[in-house]
Formats: sequence, structure tokens, C-alpha cells
Amino acid sequence: MQIINNMAAFWNSFDSEISGCDCLGDSHLRQAPGDSIASVPYISVTMAAKKENSDDEVDEKVKKYLRGEAANLEGVKDKKLKGQLAVREDLYGKSAKTAAKIEKWLLPSEGGYLEAEGIEKTWRIKQESIAREVDILSSRNQYDIVLPELGPYTLDFTSNGRYMAAAGRKGHLAIVDMKTLNLIKEIQVRETVRDVAYLHNELFFAAAQKKYPYIYNREGTELHCLKEHGPVLRLQFLKNHFLLASINKFGQLRYQDVTMGEMIGNFRTGLGRTDVMQVNPFNGVVALGHSSGTVTMWKPTSSVPLVKMLCHPGPVSSLAFHPNGHLMATSGRENKIKIWDLRKFEVIQTLPCHAKTLNFSQKGLLAAGTGSFIQILADFSGSQNYSSYMTHSMAKGYQVGKVLFRPYEDILGIGHSMGWSSILIPGSGEPNFDSWVANPFETSKQRREKEVHSLLDKLPPETIMLDPTKVGTVRVPQKKEKPTKKDVEAEMEAAIETAKDTEFKKKTKGRNKPSKRAKKRREMIDKAKRPFLEQQTQEHETSRKKQKTNPETEMPKSLQRFVRQKAT
Amino acid sequence: MKVKVISRSTDEFTRERSQDLQRVFRNFDPSLRSQEKAVEYVRALNAAKLDKIFARPFIGAMDGHRDSIKCMAKNPNYLKAIFSGSDDGDIRLWDIASRRTVCQFPGHQGAVQGLTVSTDGSVLVSCGSDCTVRLWNVSDANLADSDYLSDNSSKPQAVYIWKNAFRAVDHQWDGDLFATAGAQVDIWNHNRSQPVNTFDWGSDTTISIRFNPGEPNILATSANDRSITLYDLRMSSPARKVIMRTKTNSIAWNPMEPMNFTAANEDCNCYSYDARKLEEAKCVHKDHVSAVMDIDFSPTGREFVTGSYDRTVRIFQYNGGHSQEIYHTKRMQRVFCVKYSCDASYVISGSDDTNLRLWKAKASEQLGVVLPRERKKHEYLEAVKNRYKHLPEVKRIVRHRHLPKPVYKAANLRRTMIEAERRKEQRRKAHSAPGSIVTEPVRKRRIIKEVE
Repeated sequence: MQIINNMAAFWNSFDSEISGCDCLGDSHLRQAPGDSIASVPYISVTMAAKKENSDDEVDEKVKKYLRGEAANLEGVKDKKLKGQLAVREDLYGKSAKTAAKIEKWLLPSEGGYLEAEGIEKTWRIKQESIAREVDILSSRNQYDIVLPELGPYTLDFTSNGRYMAAAGRKGHLAIVDMKTLNLIKEIQVRETVRDVAYLHNELFFAAAQKKYPYIYNREGTELHCLKEHGPVLRLQFLKNHFLLASINKFGQLRYQDVTMGEMIGNFRTGLGRTDVMQVNPFNGVVALGHSSGTVTMWKPTSSVPLVKMLCHPGPVSSLAFHPNGHLMATSGRENKIKIWDLRKFEVIQTLPCHAKTLNFSQKGLLAAGTGSFIQILADFSGSQNYSSYMTHSMAKGYQVGKVLFRPYEDILGIGHSMGWSSILIPGSGEPNFDSWVANPFETSKQRREKEVHSLLDKLPPETIMLDPTKVGTVRVPQKKEKPTKKDVEAEMEAAIETAKDTEFKKKTKGRNKPSKRAKKRREMIDKAKRPFLEQQTQEHETSRKKQKTNPETEMPKSLQRFVRQKAT
Repeated sequence: MKVKVISRSTDEFTRERSQDLQRVFRNFDPSLRSQEKAVEYVRALNAAKLDKIFARPFIGAMDGHRDSIKCMAKNPNYLKAIFSGSDDGDIRLWDIASRRTVCQFPGHQGAVQGLTVSTDGSVLVSCGSDCTVRLWNVSDANLADSDYLSDNSSKPQAVYIWKNAFRAVDHQWDGDLFATAGAQVDIWNHNRSQPVNTFDWGSDTTISIRFNPGEPNILATSANDRSITLYDLRMSSPARKVIMRTKTNSIAWNPMEPMNFTAANEDCNCYSYDARKLEEAKCVHKDHVSAVMDIDFSPTGREFVTGSYDRTVRIFQYNGGHSQEIYHTKRMQRVFCVKYSCDASYVISGSDDTNLRLWKAKASEQLGVVLPRERKKHEYLEAVKNRYKHLPEVKRIVRHRHLPKPVYKAANLRRTMIEAERRKEQRRKAHSAPGSIVTEPVRKRRIIKEVE
């Protein structure tokens, strides 16, 4: 039929056109949330091609933007799904490449660096010599504030590095605007303050005072007294989840949601008093270092720690997390700093260094402070091999209490027994900020908008897990193994617990007798138990039947011909 | 020694005057953001919830007809108008924006069975059970100076009387022929009072007819003998025929993939076929619980709308097996005709209760002028919702639709029946020799045979 062939030929020509329009507008999926790079495809790539960027650099950047490896589509049997996923993966690759190419034009600033010339070593360079080489504005950031009467100071910075809260042990709370070095507010609370932590922006901060932690306003007004926490030693704020985590004198870890004031979790660590607590910014788990040398990691939805690792032979004196979430530095009393890989929970490197306080910077520099001496370690080749980069000694009487890198600046803040100081560490801060993540030049309007958006994006506490990339992934169906007896028992216990927890409607008019309530409760527990018991009896039955069917094997050989054969 | 420290000057990073826009700097580095996937998941969840909050698809009903509405036609040149014909011979032109009748075209003695507009929008062709085909002049000038008076009526341009009652009519997309369906398929020219050509294959009446949007000489018809026939006007005999188990009520060609068409069947399913390969359906669209009466594709070719005897209107993806959206109202009775508006934003349904109803094609869409930032935000939320829509919490919200009780119960009943059948089939298969019982896919099962 010639006409049909013509028809077929005509319609076949449509196929090539159709395949082009399948994925509509997915190009911004792989980008960070909230971004839409609608403008990206229009910037011509030929401009970039003129500059001879080494392919390796671009590859590195592309790898960074790819956020892991492509999915393995071999096991997908559904053809339609496979096709869709293949198109998606292709788009991810393209958008990562475009993001890598656009980086050159998009990022206005370059990072800091410190290079020694000749026989100079970077760790011998003093802050004064750096101050001579740098511009006035930066050299203003090097200072020592001496406040000897009010005790050792701890610091905290807001996430954009603009504001600092300083707390002296003897009750001095101060908020400073670091851009203009203005003191915004200082108050004297007249009792011991052990720690201070900013909440989501500079308007609120929490101070761990003698008996309870308090939340204050920027004006210094006391907003809340968190009685439930008790005498808190350390406070940490989980930014994405709006959770305030605290560890108190009795070793109790508490999580409180600061938006609604709800107490999410309250756990007895069981490992005694500790004041070493850090939040891993990558996945939101809280790590505690204990006096037995173990580091435990917690999440708000389980009363048992996620991880318990033995790090040091003696008490853990401090703990720090690298912003990428894979590295952890711990130090113990035996004057060693251990760098751990958190994916394998193995030691990568051990450094013979004293450290009473540790902190990682945004670019991966590690600051370790003991006594009146601070050492900055850096991994130069990116191979996670830390070596000494810079050092700084303060005046003899100053005991370093806390070191903290200032976000988006090359500055290290030091809280010590005689006040606080600030020194320049070139290359420690991220030079290019993203206005929608943290903006050091935020106006009040932008701050309000950001607060609303981050509240809308507030993560529920269940999203805290060791591997945050697991959200949204497909669980591969495993071969069904028979649950062990322990598992079955555990399941039964869990079912009984939930049955016990059910709340009953309060009946009135004489129908709410305690005997009836108790009976109902017992009925619920029996109902929860029933499926497990049924399963058990079934298993007994089958095992008994199995036993019955081979009596031959039990009988000695000479008697086997007398075994009654059941009719098959 | 060489030193450089980050130092940002305030001028570079803040605006100069308060009239300027704030400066925004972006760094897409993933290391600056933590827990991206969890944030996206929360946004997907919120987007799904917002979608449901803003889902108000019903816009209004157009009241005026005095009998059930059997057919509708859209004018490809004029977005705002829709023609509808009812069982008492009344044809009306509606203005969708104000939902009022612009013009009436009285003349048919019996029910108006088919309406269609020529491609240049100048002629409206109507056919009815009084064996007449009437042509009306509906050029733009005529419509533009109408005063919305309800007694605005026009005289027909031509009336052609023929042998039998007509069941459907459709106009060629790129020519001046139109075809009517009745006892046989007739091809007419505007100026001739008798059909130019007649096709007759089989002895049963043809109940629906559609021209192919891409190839002007191909048309598809469906007949009472449960068949779908493809005709080519250049040949003098029909081309291909596929006989199914149940009758097809209506056919629609995909305007973007003109080799594919979808047939609305009596057995509550819609079958998408590739016209070159009629032995197997491309896709079976299930979800209605009663006969599907009418089907129309969106101009994007990605979605189609169906109206069914079970008083609901459903919107399907062109390749999806289940419906994306269901529209129903207590007052809407059996839906006999549906049309997708030419800008793919609205769906119009005509039903037994003498009303035409206007619905939004995307239930939670914001109508009117959408600012570019709003549009980007909507697109982003749509994309992030689609990314996580397989996760249980999001899926539960996205999937949720309220069904009227009879539809819900009927759907459950159908499901149990189909499940029971399937289970029996499986057991038969399991207890017989391997390979002796072959299950046919649904796409093939409903087709009896294909005839050249």
C-alpha cells in the first residue's frame, strides 16, 4: 500500500522533532535551592574559551558542582523511567559545566594568601609584619581588647560574620558590630555566664548563665528563661532546624525548637559532665566529647547516640568539624590532635600539638590554641595532610579560652582570660559570599525577608542524619531475611510501647472508671502483642511438623525399615 | 613575603542611592549550603500543600441552553469564543470572558449533533438529526460588533439537506472540505450542496469523525460496530480499520504528534494509538468509572481532557496511564462534550444539565498577569515538587483528590473486580504448564482485530 508508506514516511519525520521537547524547563533543578539560573544559558561561552583555563581546574569545579556521582541506571527496568532519568542526568552534567564556566565572571573577590619568600617560613611570620603589608582597613581588624576583671571570654559570631557576641565569665555580655567595631549593647547579668550562642540572626542570642540559659534581645532585654535546660555548660544552635542544643552539668543533652519553644529531645548521655560540644554544620548532628575519651554523636529523634567512638586515652579536651562534614579534629589531654575521616571513622592524621580549643575555618584551616599560644594548621595540597601554617603568641598571662574563625573574613577571633583579640590569618575565609545564604552587608529589610524564608524552609528534626544526602533516595529492596529473635522481640517491645502510649478519649457521665480504663489499656497491649504471638505459634507448628517428618534420621540404621512410612 | 587578606570595601557591596536596587552576589558553591536535599524536600512538601490550598478550578457556568448540550466547537482564530449546540436545535456563541451568549443561530429542527468551524474561522458548520447541514457566517467582524443581546440571531449562509441524520461533523485543518458522519461518511465542499465523496465500510453508523491536524487528507472515524477506521481522502476506499471490544465514542488527534490519536471508549478507558501501528494501543488511560463520552487534546499536545458519563471531567497526561486531575460538581450531570481552550489554560465542559462549565486547566494556576518573579517562583516550586513527588508524604498530598461518593464507590468496585480477575488469571497460570497460558497486555487485549 503505497499511500500507507507515504503516510508512514511523513509521520516518521515527526519523531526527530518530538524528542527535543521532552524535558521542559528542568535546567535549574541541580542548582542550589532558591536559585534559578535563567540567565546562565545566554552568556556566551566563547568569551571564556579565549582564556586558557586548564582543563583540570574546570574539571575540579565541575566535580564540585556535580555533588557526587551520577546514578547508576543499569538496574532500572522501567524503560520510561530510565529514559527520563537519563535525560535528567544529562541536564545535571550540563548545568554543572555551565556553573563551573560562569564562576569566573560571577565571583568578584579572590581569596587571601600568605606566601613566604626565600628562606622565610610562614609560621615565623608575625602579625605585626602582616599588618605592615596589608591595607589600613584590614589592619584595623587586628587588636587586643583587654578586660581583665570580668573573666575569661567566649565568643560567637553570626553566620554572616558581621556581629559578635562576647561573654565574660563574670557576667559581662556584649554585642559588637564587627564592621564598624561599634559596641551595640553590653549588659552585666551579675552571675556566671559559661557560654553564649547567637540564634538565627543578630537579634537574638542565648547566654548559658549560672542556673538556666536565657535568651536576650539585641537591646539586652531578657526574652526567655529556659528553665528546663538546667545549669548549661555549652550551647549550640542548629541553623537549618532552629534548634538550640545544650549540654548541662549533669550530662543531659536537650534540643529545643526556638520558633515554637517546643522541647524536641531530652537525653541523658549517661557519660557524665562534659563541656565539649560541637555541631557538625554539614549534617546537623551534635557531637559531645567525654571524659572517657569517647566522642558521641546525637540526633534529636533518638535517645541512643548515633555513633560512639573512642578517640583518646584520656578526656577529650576539644572538638571541631570541617565545614564539608567529612573531617573532624579532636584533641585530648595527651597533647595530640587527631584528624578523623567521618565517612570511615578512621584517623587520617595525628599531630603532636597541644590544643585546648580547636576550630576549622571556611577554607579548611585548623586553629589550635593552648595556653597563650595559637597554631594554625593548613593542608596545602588539599590532600588532608595538615602542617603548620602560622603561629601566634600572646602575652604571657593570657590563657586562650576559645578560638573562632570569623565567617567570610580572614580573621581569627580569640577569647582569652584577659578579654578578646583578633588576628589576621590570610586565606582562612571564603572570599565570595552568597547574598541569599549569608550577607555581611545585610540591611534590615533583607534580614527580615531572610528570616521569613528560613522559617518557611525550617527543617523538621527528623532530617538530621549522618548522611544528609540520603533524603529522597530510593531504598534498594533487599532480600528479605528472616528477622532474628532479638529483632522480633524488639519489634514486639516497640509495638507494646506505642500501645501503651495511646491516649484514650476522656469519657464522662460515669463511663470513665479507672477499672475500665485499665482494662482498655490491657486490651490494647494484648492486641499489639497478638500478631507476634500468632507468628510464634505458627513457627512452632511448622518446626514441629518438620521434626515429625523425618523420624528416619533419628532412628539407628538397623531399625529404619520399621519406621512407619506415611502415605504420600 | 606576599600577603593578601580579604578586604571588602563597603561601596562595592552596597548600593549608592536608595533608588538603586540592592546588590546581590551569588556563589553557587555547594559547600556554602548544608543539607540541600532536606531543604528541597521541605520546599516540595510546602509546595504540594500550597498547590492544594490554591486549587480552585471551577470558574463559572454558562447558562442559557434549554436542553442538554451535545457538541461544542472552538474557533481557532478567536480565543474568547466557543460555540455550543444542544438537543433542541439551539446553537449559541458564547463569550468566555463574560460567560454570556453573544449570538444565537436558530434553525435546526432537531438535535444538533455536530459543530465545527473552518480553519480560517469564517464558517461554522453544524449538522443535526434533521438530516441537514447548515453553514453559518461567523467571521470576526460579525462577532466583534455584537452587543451581547440575547436575541442576536443570524441567518444561515447555506442549508444542505441530505439523506440520513448526521451524527458528527469535522472540518479539514488545511483546506475547505468538511466531513460528516452518519449512516456513511460524506465529504463536502462549502459551495456544493451535495457531498463530493462518500465512504462506506461496514453497515453501522459512524458516530464520530476527526481530521488529522498534520496531514489534511487523513481522517479517523468511529462506528457503532466497535471499530475505528482511518480514511485517506486521496484514495477512493478506506485505509485501515481496528475493531475493539467496545464502541469508541470520540477520537482526538494529538496536535503536536499528529500520527497519534486517542480514542474515548465505552469501557471507561481511553486508548492512545499510533496510526501507523494499529495492532496495539500505545497507552491505555484508565480512571473513569463510566463510558467516556468526549475527548480533546490541549494545543501543547501534552495533556488531554475527557468528559464521561460518570459526571466527571478528567485531565490526563498524553502518556500517563492515570488521570492527573478530576473535576466534578454536584450540579454537573452527564458530561457529553469537552473542549480544551486554544491557549491551553481552560477546559470547557458541556453536560446534560444544559450548562457549559468553564474550568481552569491547571487547578492551582494563578490567572491574569503574572510578574516574572512570581512566574519563576511558580516554576521552581513545580519543579521541586515533581522532583520529590515519589516520596510518601509528598505523594499523599499531591495525589489526594476528593471524589464524589458514587464515583468513589464505583471505582472501588471496579478495582476489586479487576483485581479478582487478575488473581484468578495468575492462579490459573501458576497451576498450568509454564507457557500454556499467555497473558496479553491490556494494550492488546481490547483489540479484536485489525483489518486492511
